[in-house]
Amino acid sequence: MACIEARGLRKSYGTTVALDGIDLSVEEGRILGLVGPNGAGKTTALNAILGLIRYEGALNVLGHEPWRERDRLVRDVSFIADVAVLPRWLRVSQAVDYVAGVHPRFDRAKAEAFLARTDIDRTRKVRELSKGMVAQLHLALVMAIDARLLVLDEPTLGLDILYRKQFYDTLLNDYFDGSRTIVVTTHQVEEIQDVLTDLIFIDRGRIVLECGMDEFESRYVEVMVRPEHVTAARGYGPLHERQVLGRSILLFDRADRRPLAALGDVRTPSIADVFVAVMDGQDAGAAR
Amino acid sequence: MSPESAAVLDPAADARTAAPAAPRRTRPFYWSVRRELWENRSIYLAPLGVGAFAVVGLVIHALTMPGHMPGMLGNDPAAAGSASVSYRVAALLMLATSFVVGAFYCLEALSGERRDRSVLFWKSLPVSDRTTVLAKAFVPLVVLPVVTFAALVAMQLTMLLLSALALLVQGVEIAPLWRELRLFRMWTMLLYALAATALWHAPIYAFLLLMSGWARRTAALWAVLPLLALVALEKLTMDTTRVLAAVSYRLFGWYGEAFALRRPERVPFSSLASLAPGRFLGTPELWIGLALAAVFIAAAVRLRRLREPS
Repeated sequence: MACIEARGLRKSYGTTVALDGIDLSVEEGRILGLVGPNGAGKTTALNAILGLIRYEGALNVLGHEPWRERDRLVRDVSFIADVAVLPRWLRVSQAVDYVAGVHPRFDRAKAEAFLARTDIDRTRKVRELSKGMVAQLHLALVMAIDARLLVLDEPTLGLDILYRKQFYDTLLNDYFDGSRTIVVTTHQVEEIQDVLTDLIFIDRGRIVLECGMDEFESRYVEVMVRPEHVTAARGYGPLHERQVLGRSILLFDRADRRPLAALGDVRTPSIADVFVAVMDGQDAGAAR
Repeated sequence: MSPESAAVLDPAADARTAAPAAPRRTRPFYWSVRRELWENRSIYLAPLGVGAFAVVGLVIHALTMPGHMPGMLGNDPAAAGSASVSYRVAALLMLATSFVVGAFYCLEALSGERRDRSVLFWKSLPVSDRTTVLAKAFVPLVVLPVVTFAALVAMQLTMLLLSALALLVQGVEIAPLWRELRLFRMWTMLLYALAATALWHAPIYAFLLLMSGWARRTAALWAVLPLLALVALEKLTMDTTRVLAAVSYRLFGWYGEAFALRRPERVPFSSLASLAPGRFLGTPELWIGLALAAVFIAAAVRLRRLREPS
């Protein structure tokens, strides 16, 4: 069953179009990464999915229309906007008490167990915690909720690399069980490459790339071409070309790997590389 | 909350008995009110502070004028009456504090969560906008009066205890003090006055809540300036002060409506006979005010529901 189903999803703020007719289908049990430049419409899409904003078009999340049926949807959806939204006056123990008091699917023992693995003092207020600790606290609260859909909007923004790594490790090892669905947006694309099952690039309110990670790995290939083969390699129609330390790196979409292997070192590109290639292509297309 | 009730709410305890899939029972309203008290400690600290202030005042009075106070409370009945006046002044001071705390609380209640973006956290949990706003309205309408009453009783008992101690040390009888104060009568009146003010001021609190939810910033200005402008406009154009009179009636009118102090039924304020609950409940302005409060609160709920995160 589809967890999220969108048809022609549109949202505009005045004359600014934030979402320009998005079609989307996310099956249950997937981990979807929503990647795009600033202002591409990522957060707007997530807000629509969470029922926080009005939208045009058809949208169905876990069998509910998010905007109209928010109160019912919110029981099945967890959500971290970013690490800065936990109220600063809240004590750690109060946060646990409160969520336990209002959420029917919250497992207090689980949250306590997560917190026990951190250095977070339960008598502290959020304002007294480091940014990394606040993220750990928020994650502990959210992971103890038995939700069907978890939405993460830049959950690791501003965290140092240790916390970021730990954040996704914990999420994968202790939360994801194959039946839940996770949607995540982030700028740190490289960190979620191994986490995702699906990938969507979004730019100017439109989806510019949508593919599963299995497909991603078979579809894209990057070749570090030896100087003498550059012209030959260009003949295979690369998506993108860049220079690194005087050598040309060509990125191909759906290319045959065998002839390319003769021209240089072949490897699977990172999401970031493909992202840059696709965005450059978009800009070129827009300029034309 | 007691440790017992905490155990009841412990999901780990639930998980052992019930099937894991069965959702636990929750109490969103109760926890929403508690959350308000966590954030706004002035709700109980301010009344307690004023109470402590009054007690300290009494002690200083007793220390700087030894013999004056105990003697005053001891023999001269007229002077003993003035002791009960100081108790009542302290009580009035606390009523005023309670109103100011309630007004400032309402102005912050819905704007603060947007300013620090914590509204995104609150909205990520299954607590409806109606529950949230009602819990916020519950604070000035119910929690504050109850807390104020408790603080008053505690303050008066402490004052009484200290006076009695002072009298005992001097070997003066304390019976006249007790007789003159008639605490239970005073408490009945206080409870009545607190209930009457809460109902009478309900539209003010609800209006401030609505302004707090509506104004992007400086909710206090939006709440007060239009009224001031109206007052000025009326004075300039028609040379009347009806708006001002209406505002002042809404602020202080409860006193005249809830207590029978006007002629011809004039009775001493200290007498229980001065309570006029029947007349108070028969005042149309009370019900108009409550209806307005309901409209303002409903609008505040709607506004919180429809407002998109910026």
